[in-house]
Amino acid sequence: MKKAIALVLSAVTLLGTAACSGNSGSSSSSSGSAQSFENVVNVCSWGEYIDESLIDEFEAETGIHVNYQTAESNEALYSQLKMGGVDYDVVVPSDYMIARLIKEDMLAELNYDNIPNFSLIDPQYTHLSYDPDNLYTVPYTWGTVGIIYNTAMIDDEITSWSAMFDPKYAGNVLMIRNSRDALMAALCYLGYSINTTDEAEIREAFALLRGAKEQGVYQSFVMDEIYQKMEGGNAAISMYYAGDYLTMLENNEDLAYVVPEEGSNWFVDAMCVLKTAQHKENAEAWINFIASTESNLRNMDYIWYASPNQEALAQYPDYYEEEYGEALDEEIYNIMAAPPEVLERCEVYVNLPQETLDLYNELWTELGI
Amino acid sequence: MKNRLSRLAYPYVLWMALFVVAPILIMLVYAFTSADGGFTLANFLRMGRYSVVFVRSFKLALIATVICLLVGYPISYFMSREGPGFQRTAMVLIMLPMWMNFLLRTYSWMSILENNGLLNRFFRFIGLISAWNAAFGTDINGFRMLNTQGAVVLGMVYNYLPFMILPIYSVILKLDHSLIEAARDLGADGAHVFLKVTLPLSLPGVLSGITMVFVPSVSTFAISQMLGGGTQTLLGDLIEQQFLGGAYNPHLGAAISLVMMLIVVLCMYVMNRFGEGEEEAVIL
Repeated sequence: MKKAIALVLSAVTLLGTAACSGNSGSSSSSSGSAQSFENVVNVCSWGEYIDESLIDEFEAETGIHVNYQTAESNEALYSQLKMGGVDYDVVVPSDYMIARLIKEDMLAELNYDNIPNFSLIDPQYTHLSYDPDNLYTVPYTWGTVGIIYNTAMIDDEITSWSAMFDPKYAGNVLMIRNSRDALMAALCYLGYSINTTDEAEIREAFALLRGAKEQGVYQSFVMDEIYQKMEGGNAAISMYYAGDYLTMLENNEDLAYVVPEEGSNWFVDAMCVLKTAQHKENAEAWINFIASTESNLRNMDYIWYASPNQEALAQYPDYYEEEYGEALDEEIYNIMAAPPEVLERCEVYVNLPQETLDLYNELWTELGI
Repeated sequence: MKNRLSRLAYPYVLWMALFVVAPILIMLVYAFTSADGGFTLANFLRMGRYSVVFVRSFKLALIATVICLLVGYPISYFMSREGPGFQRTAMVLIMLPMWMNFLLRTYSWMSILENNGLLNRFFRFIGLISAWNAAFGTDINGFRMLNTQGAVVLGMVYNYLPFMILPIYSVILKLDHSLIEAARDLGADGAHVFLKVTLPLSLPGVLSGITMVFVPSVSTFAISQMLGGGTQTLLGDLIEQQFLGGAYNPHLGAAISLVMMLIVVLCMYVMNRFGEGEEEAVIL
């Protein structure tokens, strides 16, 4: 009897999941009724990270329906992948997370024959430490992390990470809600490598962060809420990504961006295909489409993150001038695509060993208390 | 005949088995295992460290529940004594915010309470901020309302108040009026009638109202994240962090969820015992 119940239960579960996936498939292909619901690609990226008209264009061009979803952070994406239940084909994690996914055997090797536009990517952004043989990735954007501050609210010129920990600015600082970046700021300020695995150094950085929190320096911990808070003058200082700063600048001219003198992180976000992907060829078609010069130009214009496509990066000032009828401010271009002298003092994240990751997780939970 | 109809309950029994019982069992398994799959109590041994968060969560949820009760009871009481037209309008107004998405509603509070938000700009406009600065010798640009415990409680009250009003209202509405008349006939004055008849008889509504406000308040994470800004971590945040946030540790997350559930069940049990006692007292 009990066995029978178990059997029925599992049968129902299976039917249920089948029905669910069938549903999502049929609703997603509603744009072209003749399509089978297999002809899709499931993409998971970050919020406000694509010119959405590119999605429509890709669908019109190829007939492949794009299910575009977003995750909040690399860590949130990782949790989703680990918990299972998501059916993403393409993900766009950052360098260190890519290294971790490769190490845990979660990414599929790409067939670069299907991605001819890969040849347009500047070699400077390929074969990096996270994917030394470049078997898994096609870079999507790159940029720096820095301090964003409101010059109307802060009289000093900010050049150092100390601003993120200074009780002088109590209640006016937004800390990033992402353990790796938050500790990066503290590690840089203390003069340590952002990839350190030395427990004492990490704990010292954490103590700095925690001390600042206890002194009320942080108004709140934010990810994408930062836009509303910085644009509206609700907070004076924060740390975030260069591209997002430029988006904020469009809505609030008082904002300034600086890559602190102690250095910072420069990152590459790259498109990868998961090992579990059901639509690998569609995924590669999507990656190829996004890697094109035209797509990169439009994305760059829309999200303000620098493109790794050398044609697009070089053409962007002209593209901008044509599009808006005025020359692109060189300063803005240099914030978007940091010049070599800035990149020189920045480091790329590498994946940390498991015990260091555990320490990060433990400390991050502790910071919340 | 009765047996045949009872088959209609099967779908829900199945539903419950799949989506209530099974998840709880999975949670139990996770809570008592470590990442490598072995049995462990380590997740629970770490719990002491989070006692501050437990205390904060239960405190804020309790405050929100009390406020909801103090605001909700009188409204329900007076609403039930008005004409049907008024009742219908009031009901629509109470339900109206719930037609909007919960996250959107909470997000709006963020823009209202910000340092440079709607309220502070209004205060500045009417000169309240400068008057405050003159009176207290301070130099503030606005009141700090967001990212405080007050804001979190406000968010809870705002979102869950209807869940307090509705059950109380429906119980009071169905009160047998002859009991109230009898009490009056026997010489009780208004206050006595309320304390001895109406209040005890409306207790079941109050109890379910308290449950429906307290339980979601104690486990919320969206409200504390948006209105508390991550500086007022609640249990919900702590749990969410273990599953989706920076600290990936579903085993610890399950253990915290389990302990939270046990405390909530305990609270409910004690409260319902108290409620039963009251009802018996009434009958006696």
